[in-house]
Amino acid sequence: MSCCSEEYTLKEKIVEKLQDFRGRDRSDSYLIPALQIVQEEYGYLSRQHLDEVARLLSVPYARVTGVASFYQFFNFQPAGEYEIIICTGTACHVRGAGAVFDRFLEELGVEPEEPTEDGKFSVTDARCVGACSKAPVVIIEEKVYSHVAPDDVPDILADFGYSP
Amino acid sequence: MNSEDKISLVIDGIRTEVEPGATIMDAADQVGVHIPRLCYHPELSILGACRICIVELEKREQLVASCSYPAEEDMVVKTSSPELRRHRRDIVELILDNHPKDCQTCVRDGNCELQDSAYSLGVRERLFEGERKQYPEDNSSPSIHREPDKCILCGRCVRVCDEVQGVTNLWQQNRGFESVAAPAHNADIMESVCIHCGQCVNVCPTASIVENNVTDEVFEAIADPDLHVVVQTAPSIRAALGEGFGYDPGTPVAGKMVTALKMMGFDAVFDTDLGADLTIIEEADEFLNRFEAGEKLPLITSCSPGWVSFLETFYPELIPNASTCKSPMSMLSSLTKSYYAEQAGIAPENIYSVAAMPCTAKKYEAARPEHETPWGAPYTDAVLTTRELIWMCKCMGVDFRNLPDSQFDRPLGTASGGGDIFGTTGGVTEAALRTAYERFTGETLTNVDFMEVRGVQGLREATIELDGHNVNIGVANGLQNAKELFERLLSGEKEYHMLEIMACPGGCVGGGGQPYPPEDTFALDPELVKKRAQALYTIDSSKQLRKSHENPDIKELYSYYLGEPNSERAHKLLHTSYKPSERQGIK
Amino acid sequence: MTEQAKTLTSNPGTEKARVIVCAGTPCVSAGALDIYEEFEERLSAVDLPAEVVLEDEKVENEGLSLDLTGCPGFCEQGPLVRIDPVGILYTNVTVEDVETIIDKTLAQGEVIEDLCYEDVSGQRVLRENEISFYSSQKRLVLDNCGYIRPDSLGDYRRAGGLKALQKVLAEMTPEQVCDQILASNLRGRGGAGYPTGQKWKFTLSQQAEEKFIVANCDEGDPGAFMDRSLIEGDPYRVLEGMIIGAYAVGASQGFVYIRIEYPLAIKRLEKAVENLREQGFLGKNILDSGLDLDIDIRRGAGAFVCGEETALLHSIEGKRGMPRPRPPYPSQSGLWDRPTVINNVETLANVPDIINRGADWYSDIGTENSPGTKVFALAGDVVNTGLVEVPMGISLEEVVNEIGGGVPGGKKLKAVQTGGPAGGCIPADELDVKVDFESLAEKGSIMGSGGMIVMDEETCMVDLAKYFIEFSREESCGKCTPCREGNTRLLEILERITRGAGKEEDIDLLRRLSELEQKASLCGLGQAAPNPVVSTLDYFEEEYRRHIEEQECPAGACRYLVTYLIEADPCVGCGACARVCPVDCISGESQEPHEIDQNECIKCGQCYEVCNFEAVLRK
Repeated sequence: MSCCSEEYTLKEKIVEKLQDFRGRDRSDSYLIPALQIVQEEYGYLSRQHLDEVARLLSVPYARVTGVASFYQFFNFQPAGEYEIIICTGTACHVRGAGAVFDRFLEELGVEPEEPTEDGKFSVTDARCVGACSKAPVVIIEEKVYSHVAPDDVPDILADFGYSP
Repeated sequence: MNSEDKISLVIDGIRTEVEPGATIMDAADQVGVHIPRLCYHPELSILGACRICIVELEKREQLVASCSYPAEEDMVVKTSSPELRRHRRDIVELILDNHPKDCQTCVRDGNCELQDSAYSLGVRERLFEGERKQYPEDNSSPSIHREPDKCILCGRCVRVCDEVQGVTNLWQQNRGFESVAAPAHNADIMESVCIHCGQCVNVCPTASIVENNVTDEVFEAIADPDLHVVVQTAPSIRAALGEGFGYDPGTPVAGKMVTALKMMGFDAVFDTDLGADLTIIEEADEFLNRFEAGEKLPLITSCSPGWVSFLETFYPELIPNASTCKSPMSMLSSLTKSYYAEQAGIAPENIYSVAAMPCTAKKYEAARPEHETPWGAPYTDAVLTTRELIWMCKCMGVDFRNLPDSQFDRPLGTASGGGDIFGTTGGVTEAALRTAYERFTGETLTNVDFMEVRGVQGLREATIELDGHNVNIGVANGLQNAKELFERLLSGEKEYHMLEIMACPGGCVGGGGQPYPPEDTFALDPELVKKRAQALYTIDSSKQLRKSHENPDIKELYSYYLGEPNSERAHKLLHTSYKPSERQGIK
Repeated sequence: MTEQAKTLTSNPGTEKARVIVCAGTPCVSAGALDIYEEFEERLSAVDLPAEVVLEDEKVENEGLSLDLTGCPGFCEQGPLVRIDPVGILYTNVTVEDVETIIDKTLAQGEVIEDLCYEDVSGQRVLRENEISFYSSQKRLVLDNCGYIRPDSLGDYRRAGGLKALQKVLAEMTPEQVCDQILASNLRGRGGAGYPTGQKWKFTLSQQAEEKFIVANCDEGDPGAFMDRSLIEGDPYRVLEGMIIGAYAVGASQGFVYIRIEYPLAIKRLEKAVENLREQGFLGKNILDSGLDLDIDIRRGAGAFVCGEETALLHSIEGKRGMPRPRPPYPSQSGLWDRPTVINNVETLANVPDIINRGADWYSDIGTENSPGTKVFALAGDVVNTGLVEVPMGISLEEVVNEIGGGVPGGKKLKAVQTGGPAGGCIPADELDVKVDFESLAEKGSIMGSGGMIVMDEETCMVDLAKYFIEFSREESCGKCTPCREGNTRLLEILERITRGAGKEEDIDLLRRLSELEQKASLCGLGQAAPNPVVSTLDYFEEEYRRHIEEQECPAGACRYLVTYLIEADPCVGCGACARVCPVDCISGESQEPHEIDQNECIKCGQCYEVCNFEAVLRK
């Protein structure tokens, strides 16, 4: 029916993947994998994409957003081009990750998860990344900074072309 | 089952036997021990979330939730102890601590399960107060008003919307302390797939979800000397209104209701049941035409606005099958501002038309653009739920129990028994059959009781013979049941000629605008719904006038004003159209 | 030393030397992959009988090979490079060191002392097994980690892998498998310690058309990375245990639920499953035994609570990871209401050895009630952090001081936290406690999944409790009232105590709320969430009281309760403190003692960190 003509803004390969999920047994169990695929492709889950996932998997909208908002992995706004991840596991906490986190926010003048005005950086925390021996740990673009102190923050940002 | 198959256990020193599968709470209820509870709802799945119903088991340190824990052989349960009472009290305080402190001005003050729990479990001071969750109110809908700050996460609305209504518009969003029951994206009701049925309102223990209250507007209209304020009352209101004044459920109070409305200052009191009779006549005609032509079958009833929204949102492919008849309320409102205005010599612009309904979705229906007068006002200016009407009576000091009976006003005040039973599931079908039979066969129907379509089961089917033709009928109440019916229909498993769909469990008697259930009953209680329905059948059987098409007021209406059923004027005033919702739901 | 090292190249062509680069997450994060690439590049350029072996299943030629392995556990010293067969261990290797290692060690058989581990006494230690970090351990589960290429099914089989599975399928009935596991008294390593054999037997006894087995690798405790290292280093061991488990309970589909934060482990697991499938160890009619089993890997999405088994099952089903009341237990009604057995990955990794070597052999290790070994992630204020596997019943003292090398910087040990957010603290004077399920529980802590955080005297116990409650508050699923609301209130009380605004009744309130949460919460996580509060209150109530009554933090850790002062004598007036002060509240003439304006000070501690003359005091 014309009312229901399905036009998706998701990339074709993703639509196909999700349709493949839909064709499988217990297809609603692929909701989280589907959301992960979209998140990994776009870096966040837009309202439009969430609704499209719901339609593609035939899972009610409210359940889709209920599931997405339950898990910390999913974001609902785009992260900065460079997402600065600060580990806040116990070892990192004990060794001062909080101050490092605050310093990043201060340097960039943003709130957690909020991208800078030019969209280049955003700051987020992560549960233990398992590199406790290197605490506190900061990860940007798969580059890992070990034993980070607040004063290292400007230099780290400079590595990614940031100047205050 | 013999007693060997049963489970024997001890509750507070009382030995009792229960069927396998029974919970501790079931066993306690059986021996008269009422364990406090909040998230538990007998008609919904078990959640085990609030933890108020915790009990002690012998030799076990951990407390268990009695609503979910199965009874086991020789289990020894303690439902009360100083520790348990302290824990329960603390749990209720923890809920209260994350809930606004506006009890005194809250719409559910005095009628709130959280407040009751806090009182009965002895929360007299706050020990743990601190931060509270903050969510904006949602005033977007003409039907439903949400205050997420008052949500205590009992999950009843989520469960009723999903399990009973199959709408799944509400789900728990976010996590932990920030959790809230809300539509997708925490969007407003009007941006969601809500069908406005109000079952969430019925089961909500607090004022987190309530109807959009319009009592102030109605009071204002009554007080306005330039307005001629007319009220109509739905069939099922008269079967439930009494509950608000201490009557047992199922006590018909039509006469007192009319008196009360007149005392409150309404200029005329009309009966929606007449609108129901009119619907039957138009719909029977529509059915016979389609049946003879063999097209757009099954005909699906359209008087339940929750169902109409559901149709447009979830089953647009069935729109052609829906009867184009307006609901009884909208028909009566149309006539109020046309036929009645003409008869009474009142400018229709000066008529303010109020409808007292068992329903929150009627508020949404009234606001739909299709139900607008040519001069741009709604045909129905305000819809009150039964709950709002009860409150207005109390607010105005109406001593309801001591009122004499009065009659509805003419020319829109006479109804047949067929119109009366519209308020219960199966009623529309039965009323339609009474009329269709005579129209079809040309014979007089002597036994008007079609017992095969009565009952409160969610899904019923019957085949009625009309003049040698088998008419397959499906009756569903509660939209999850309707979905099942549609699956049978759309898969081709079954052929139907007529489907009666009521959004709410039990039909309008179980509507989303009906009174909060009196003590010892609960929302969705099949017994409560049955009693209210019985009241309507009693009204019906006590009448001489049982068939809609014999209603003298209706005959007069057709002969002086409308002409024939489905005439041009009838079409303009009594029929409507549907279109797919912008936001399509996911079945 | 050189003598020993010569064996490296003394018989080239007969004995193969291998350069093994640890590719566990901490080493990778410290540059292991760059080092690997550098080796690859340089080895191909030099005239050494070198061969680079990376791809799985290639038969290793003689000569020199270069492998990426899983984590041997000595993360503190990473990146690690080991040269076999001698077992020389180089620590803290950099890309620049690669050239030297090739020139000296590989070409000339010379050991580079600077790269060897330096023990507490300043001695350089050549071989891995001579380092105290390793010598007190007993490696069963981690046996292969660091010694085989994790992607290589061939390596795993050469190390004895899949023998147990073959034995089970050829010789044993499911009942016999369950009985053997039961007889070994293997207990679940995920935290609760429920006997695995009993779980399996019960699941086996359930009649159903379909059953499931789930490996729980949702390792969420902060500071714990045992499961990750195990899967990164030896994924086949876990999968073999899982296939055996599936046979034992009658499951036809398995799921590994693993944190999405573990990309390397996921990659290795995927590869391992693929290889097992290709070789006929997964799929239809495995080894002609009639067993059908496939394994699906489902990635978590960042929710600690999904470690709880019913929450985990909901997550696999595509739902919010919220626990549901039990009974029914998953073994009766789990995934899609079918009987489902859920085991932690470390538990599963124990299974092949128990089958191969017998229940008696296994139950002789460790203690009577807690047989076997346990892997811990040792972290915090301890010299050697990393992954350790010890026999159950070893004393905590041994783990912390002998394996861990004690507290660094001459500071005093204050307590050891075990069990993560669900665990508790063992104070220094109880350090002789045995590490087993019952003994730790007696001291108010738990074994947990294996996180072990060592804390020195500068750790404030109120702050620590606050940290864990903050974690639990963030991770509460929000379903049941005691956990959802209780954690927020506990946190508020702890916060005001650490701010110096605690009230007299706060200790009672903490205890009261904790008891409620422990007794009335829906799931194990809610029930355990207040444990860090209760155990610190039990052992360190005085520290709480000092915060409340005297607005004082004895450990000097609570920012609001600390005062920074500059002592005039040692201060040389260099001005370093004034320059770093973010609020410019330090003043003083050059070369003169400086002063801190206490009204302006935000107690960030930067002056304390920057002073080279120990003139800034923290009180």
